[in-house]
Amino acid sequence: MTVLAQVPTGSGQPPPTPPAARSGRHRLLPYLLLLPGAAWLLIFFGVPLLQLAAASLYDPSGSLSTGYAMTWAFGNYPDVLQAYWPQFLRSFGYAGVALVLALLLGYPLAYAIAQKAGRWKNLLLVCVVAPMFTSFLVRTLAWKTILSDNGALVGVLRDVHLLAPDGRLLATPFAVVLGLTYNFLPFLVLPLYASLERLDHRLLEAASDLYASPVQAFRRVTLPLSMPGLVAGTLLFFIPASGDYINAELLGTPNEYMIGNVIDSAFLVRLDYPQGAALSFLLMAAILAVVFGYLRRAGTEEVL
Amino acid sequence: MTRETPAGDLRLANLTKRFGIFTAVDDLSLTVPQGSFFALLGASGCGKTTTLRMIAGLEEPTSGQVLLGDRDIARLRPYKRPVNTVFQSYALFPHLNIFENVAFGLRRRGIRSVDDEVLRMLSLVQLDGYGNRRPAQLSGGQQQRVALARALINQPQVLLLDEPLGALDLKLRRQMQIELKRIQTEVGITFVHVTHDQEEAMTMADTVAVMNAGRIEQLGAPADIYEFPATAFVANFLGQSNLLAGEAAGTAGGEVAVTAHDARFSVPAGRARADRGPVHLGVRPEKLQLVGSADQVPAGQQHVTGVVTDASYVGVSTQYLLRTGWGTELSVFTANSGAVAQVPVGSEAVAYWDPRHAFLLPRDAADSDRTAPVVDEPVGASS
Amino acid sequence: MRVSRWLADRWVMIVALLVLGYLALPILVVAGLSFNRPSSRLSYDFNEFTLDNWRQPCATSDMCDAVVRSVQIGFIATVVATVLGTLMAFALVRHRFRGRSGVNVLIFLPMATPELVMGTSLLALFVSAGVPLGFWTIVIAHVMFCVSFVVVTVKARLAGMDRRLEEAAMDLYASEWQTFRRITLPLVLPGIVAAALLAFSLSFDDFIITNFNAGTTVTFPMYVWGAAQRGIPPQVNVIGTAMFAIALLLVGLSSLRGRRARRADLLAGPAPAHPARRSS
Repeated sequence: MTVLAQVPTGSGQPPPTPPAARSGRHRLLPYLLLLPGAAWLLIFFGVPLLQLAAASLYDPSGSLSTGYAMTWAFGNYPDVLQAYWPQFLRSFGYAGVALVLALLLGYPLAYAIAQKAGRWKNLLLVCVVAPMFTSFLVRTLAWKTILSDNGALVGVLRDVHLLAPDGRLLATPFAVVLGLTYNFLPFLVLPLYASLERLDHRLLEAASDLYASPVQAFRRVTLPLSMPGLVAGTLLFFIPASGDYINAELLGTPNEYMIGNVIDSAFLVRLDYPQGAALSFLLMAAILAVVFGYLRRAGTEEVL
Repeated sequence: MTRETPAGDLRLANLTKRFGIFTAVDDLSLTVPQGSFFALLGASGCGKTTTLRMIAGLEEPTSGQVLLGDRDIARLRPYKRPVNTVFQSYALFPHLNIFENVAFGLRRRGIRSVDDEVLRMLSLVQLDGYGNRRPAQLSGGQQQRVALARALINQPQVLLLDEPLGALDLKLRRQMQIELKRIQTEVGITFVHVTHDQEEAMTMADTVAVMNAGRIEQLGAPADIYEFPATAFVANFLGQSNLLAGEAAGTAGGEVAVTAHDARFSVPAGRARADRGPVHLGVRPEKLQLVGSADQVPAGQQHVTGVVTDASYVGVSTQYLLRTGWGTELSVFTANSGAVAQVPVGSEAVAYWDPRHAFLLPRDAADSDRTAPVVDEPVGASS
Repeated sequence: MRVSRWLADRWVMIVALLVLGYLALPILVVAGLSFNRPSSRLSYDFNEFTLDNWRQPCATSDMCDAVVRSVQIGFIATVVATVLGTLMAFALVRHRFRGRSGVNVLIFLPMATPELVMGTSLLALFVSAGVPLGFWTIVIAHVMFCVSFVVVTVKARLAGMDRRLEEAAMDLYASEWQTFRRITLPLVLPGIVAAALLAFSLSFDDFIITNFNAGTTVTFPMYVWGAAQRGIPPQVNVIGTAMFAIALLLVGLSSLRGRRARRADLLAGPAPAHPARRSS
């Protein structure tokens, strides 16, 4: 009982906290924990969005030096749409094509790592993440070397006549789409892998036992069960890809410019804030529309 | 309180716990004498784990008291109570080795030299030499014993066990039951054991409380509860019973006369929990004997006639279903002692019993016969 | 027949390896170019092998300044975002409170918003509030987009943690603080470290948001962006390769440590050969 003697069993104890006081403190605690982070997000993410909305309605004839007047200039929106609809279409077109390519490349990769890799699983996963260890811009610039007119790739393609003798890879839509696919592929593969990893291999055996061909087993079992990862991966790929302008800038020409390039120059070169803000808002609205439309169809609400 | 409470008794007084509109524990009062092995038995969701968590301090009662001796600990934080818990699925700290897991409680109370105590505890649960391992490297039975050592080392006044054997397979569970009982006798602290396994409760506990829907249905020694259940629920939760719906006509000459399905039976007054109005006449299956015809029934015994519809040979016994004239199927277990011949399915047979083995329970007027099917294992016994 | 069977069994793996090759190719090129002496400033082609770039990585000193600045920003942003995000994760996993779904939306939205929009909107705020752009506006922006990723990472780890471990600790005489210090924190720490590493890499590599809020301050990605117009010094590839090597080394070390710890555990202790041995 020597040990027991150290347990406070005596009556000289402070009175136990009344339950009301304790739960009162507990009710306040989550808000205290949330306060700094939530405030940061509200002030530097929420408020700026409102500021951006306001800026998109400024009088377009103002300038940064003279100041802008709030004139509720809703006309900014039709104006920028009329001026830049090709870049808008191109953004979603390139991002869409890159997404299809990424799905064709990423699904087999995620499946192989999750189900076929055995003890090499972790190594292969590192290989997927590894490109992100190097700077995004440096990697994209490397494609400039790979696709260069004097490079081995172009040389081979010209020799086998897949490319005309003066044909190029760099500075074409192909190069931009390739760059987008490359840069955002890991974002698609990782959530997909997480879904496929949970897939019990015996389910496929059960499907084949129940007369499903491999193709049917994939369509009826694997694909539906990997849906959450597929939806999350698709969004994580599509959102940054459609807003990207680095690939178009480094691997393309002004003919391949996406909406991001226009916004970038509106804010940093032409200093036309109302126009840039209106374009930003349109981009956000378009992406949200695509995302929610897609989520609705895919039927997965809580993916991220 | 008229009764003097010894210093170490654990008493629950009018303990109630509500979650929203759901009442998990309903005005529960009971006393667990110091040094006893007490089992709270009930199906999942009956409130037994909530009761345990309130004793441990992991749940705060809506109302009522948890008294240890004469001190109310119901509102103390868990670490202020001389009570320790062996958790369901053990909750061993995965990042600490076995030694540190066992030493955890001592260290939290600022005790520096823990080595001797920890090694003594590991040896008590027969895990000498395992100190450097991580919980994940141990089998289920070993983890269970670490959890036990980790709680016991603190020499609590009360040790709470929350389905501690649920995750073990049948054979290991039997071994651990014996071992737990041995350790409890050795260290002599109060054990409160929550389980849904009636056999486990009966094997280990001195006192069993059968819980149902947040209330205690019956409390007593295992044999007393089994031989003379207080309610139809207990009669069929703890083992099986054949309960025949009947009408009691009051006590006369130390006997209660019962009419059931147009037949007359009697039960000693001491085995009747009701002697008038709608009753259940209960007999355990193993208290029934099977013979071929009514004239083979010994004098003083009571009987019903029927047809054998099923016979399951289970080794130590044969379990029969006997369909009575009014359609109810009674369970009859006969020991395979070699003294009686097997009764073939389809043959007519008579089941008889000694009235001193029957019991009478009050019955809702709407309730009819209640019998448990032969194949039905007690809840949890095979899981 | 045999070849087609072999292919049918392995085509997924073959495709996967080809895709991994596609992912690895630019890195090999970056590593190769770090040993290149380019023929001209604007050339991206391999010309001549040299070790000069590795011997003098800071030959262009403004590049190294930019790297140092990126590390500083990354460090500050990581610390702040990890603290804020971890607190939020605890609130979300451990407490029931009003406005929970609103907070979840607030955390989710920055991850679903294009960087471009976050960058431009923050710029609009800073400009209208008259905040001078520079080092600290970059830090503010980086904390903002890192917090959500920290919350998600720590939340996942916390949610996977068995609450009963904490109950067991409290049952074993650990006060709330001791329980947090001895049980919760060590078990959640891998999640917090992972979140911090993620935050640092996001911050270090961010270009788009930084570009809008940097003013005249130059981070490493911004240096590369600017140099891409004027001609890239080959030392950029040295930095790229070195970053890759350091990250790979960290991954390798942590997995090696994990494996060694596991093996040491297995060998430790003279455990009896028959653990079920008992006196009867």
